Amino acid sequence: MFQLSDSRVDVEALTRELAHAGAGACVTFDGRVRDHNDGRSVHGLAYQAYPALAQAEGEKILDEAKRQFDIIQARCVHRVGALEIGDLAVWVGVSAAHRDAAFAACRYIIDEVKARVPIWKNESYTEGDSGWLHP
Amino acid sequence: MNYRILYFASLRDAAGCDSETCTATSTDARELYAQLRQQHGFSFDPERLRVAVNGEFTSWDRTLVDGDEVAFLPPISGG
Repeated sequence: MFQLSDSRVDVEALTRELAHAGAGACVTFDGRVRDHNDGRSVHGLAYQAYPALAQAEGEKILDEAKRQFDIIQARCVHRVGALEIGDLAVWVGVSAAHRDAAFAACRYIIDEVKARVPIWKNESYTEGDSGWLHP
Repeated sequence: MNYRILYFASLRDAAGCDSETCTATSTDARELYAQLRQQHGFSFDPERLRVAVNGEFTSWDRTLVDGDEVAFLPPISGG
């Protein structure tokens, strides 16, 4: 299940959704807002998404992970809207019988989300200006 | 043809709106983007953009039909 969220991510609730009697491994990834990027001092940022397409693409990535790796559950939440330094921007959680599949699937999901899900970051800098990142 | 155009990130800022209805004679996505680019002064060459029609990624070669919802997506930066 992939979600866009305009409010704080409830990591504890999401982690509970990964629970399974057969899950010997649970791997999670926190992507957090950093105070610097590309040599500049960052004050905060805002994410904008194309909601319908982001949702569909995010679900597709989780489905791919379930097919490619021997995992039990997978979840991913990406924030939209304004965030401050240290805020959780994206969260991925995977449970599996064994750790190898859980680590690999978690890595796959965050890499594909960053590469494919239509979400854009606008950074605000301590100098007062801001701008969209279009790498 | 009438199309619904969606804008995101810096294209939204340049267009000054998140969506608009556009009338165009072309059914070609490249020609439609060229028309909108001229109108709004978009800086992106089409090679840097992806196209989505009716909420799905598609190719620049897709033939548009009247009423399509079209989005030209600048390079993404989530995560």
